[in-house]
Amino acid sequence: MKIGVFVKQVPAKDAPLTIVEGGAWIRENDISFETNEPDTYALEEALRLKEKHQGEVVAISMGPERAKQTIKEALAKGADRGIHILDAEFYKLGPLASARSLAAAIKAENFDLILTGLQSDDHGFGQTGVLLAELLGRPHATIIMAIEVIGTGLKLKRELEAGWFQWVEIPLPAVLSIQSGINKPRYATLKGIMAAKKKEIATVDRKSLGVSDASTQHIERIYVPQKTKKTEFITGQPKEIAAKLIEKLRHEARVL
Amino acid sequence: MKILLITEQRERKWNHVSFETLAAAQQIVQQTKGSLSAVVIGKGVAGLTDELAGFQLDEALLVEHDLLDKYTPDGFSIALRQVIESAKPDLVLLPHTYQVRDFAPKLAASMGKGMIGDCVGYRYENNKLIFVRQMFQGRTSADVVFTGEGPWIASFQAGSFRADIAAKNASGKAAVKPVSVELKAEQIRTKPLELFREAKQAVDLTQAPVLVSVGRGIKAPENIALAEKLAKLMGGEVSASRPICDEGWLPMDRQIGSSGQTVAPKLYLALGISGAIQHVVGMKAARTIAAINKDANAPIFEVADYGVVGDLFEIVPAMIEELEKK
Repeated sequence: MKIGVFVKQVPAKDAPLTIVEGGAWIRENDISFETNEPDTYALEEALRLKEKHQGEVVAISMGPERAKQTIKEALAKGADRGIHILDAEFYKLGPLASARSLAAAIKAENFDLILTGLQSDDHGFGQTGVLLAELLGRPHATIIMAIEVIGTGLKLKRELEAGWFQWVEIPLPAVLSIQSGINKPRYATLKGIMAAKKKEIATVDRKSLGVSDASTQHIERIYVPQKTKKTEFITGQPKEIAAKLIEKLRHEARVL
Repeated sequence: MKILLITEQRERKWNHVSFETLAAAQQIVQQTKGSLSAVVIGKGVAGLTDELAGFQLDEALLVEHDLLDKYTPDGFSIALRQVIESAKPDLVLLPHTYQVRDFAPKLAASMGKGMIGDCVGYRYENNKLIFVRQMFQGRTSADVVFTGEGPWIASFQAGSFRADIAAKNASGKAAVKPVSVELKAEQIRTKPLELFREAKQAVDLTQAPVLVSVGRGIKAPENIALAEKLAKLMGGEVSASRPICDEGWLPMDRQIGSSGQTVAPKLYLALGISGAIQHVVGMKAARTIAAINKDANAPIFEVADYGVVGDLFEIVPAMIEELEKK
């Protein structure tokens, strides 16, 4: 099975975010980046499918030069090769323009299966998998908690809301977006890291794909959210804080 | 502005987030002096459409087909595209449910349009509709606008509007209009099978008066004992945000949020939980919310009544000591 898995590089979870003047984007210079956590579950699922059914896993990422690091990490975990769609300003693209670029860059690969994480921890649109399926003319399923290969298709466990699940079947080739928690992503081994150095990463300039940048939406401004509640902050030494907080919960809020 | 609202039902039962989005749609219609049509899609849903027509809207559209009995992304996208192309709305609104996430981007792309999903609000300023959504896991908000021609497609997250403010129809009942759609079995590539629930849940968090909830800030599975001790002293239970259950540090039935349980305890104490929207929708109805987090900018403080910026590994043991005093 030939599997393409999309991995995105996003600001690290504990990176202190500051917003550029005018609110166009965050300041990227002084923060660290990491692989989008939901995508690590998609990668793990791709590697497990390959181990079970043979084939190839290709890790694909779009982003500036630094996004190569995310591809390298995927290669170190066991992906066979990488495709880097290079664009320093791809954060400006809306979800549809992004997906059009991704689809154009991988169309010729003819993957049997494409996997994405559920959503990115930066924009958080959660649309890429569904859009890719539409643009490539393939069926899709989202929020996947289990994958079984049956004949020429897949049997999938979808998570619905409020504790409900559903089994669905779809034919291959297909696109899936994977729910976080489906598996336990592996760590790269030293051997894997060494082996990754010999693996190929093809770089494609996004602008060379001939995809229109025309966006259907535009982020006018990013800002720190306004508070909906007045929070009383309790300060002091840990012991003082503990005493004050418990006093307030007991006698002010009366919830203890 | 001409708005088309797409409601959601499963097995002829409403997804009630539909009525939150209805309230938002009514508000936008009022501000833009527009009109509102609302769609019920499925099979055997005439009763629901009739119920919907009792709300303040211009018409209720009944979209029925044998192939729409069970949800499939192909069936719903193909049918709704026909409805949109005949109704010609400026804006299509949907509740941001798991089902909408599954088909709405496809529906939009099939018409060459984009979707602004997962909005938590909107503003109407200078004749411009601005959608507000969260980014970076709730650490920032963003104002997003559509560019280019409609129809525009947007969805609102659960809890963004109050369903109980959706206005009833002033003149009794809106017109119910059946809309026929063409759909063939071979166009539907997904085969939906049975719906089911996992084994019975071991703990009913909705009944706990106090929840001590842990997030990534708890750092390691062995530290959960600290939260358990505090919960016991407070007469409550331990719960968690999604990443903790994904890691297997606590079972899935302890998870609070859009993919877990929705709770409204007397006290919700969040330990090391950043407060992404998917978590907050599950707990914001708590009577009192207290949060301890080392990051002063964590979005959990937006909903907290009491906040402590600090190290939970210093503060929680001190709280345990304080509670053990008596």
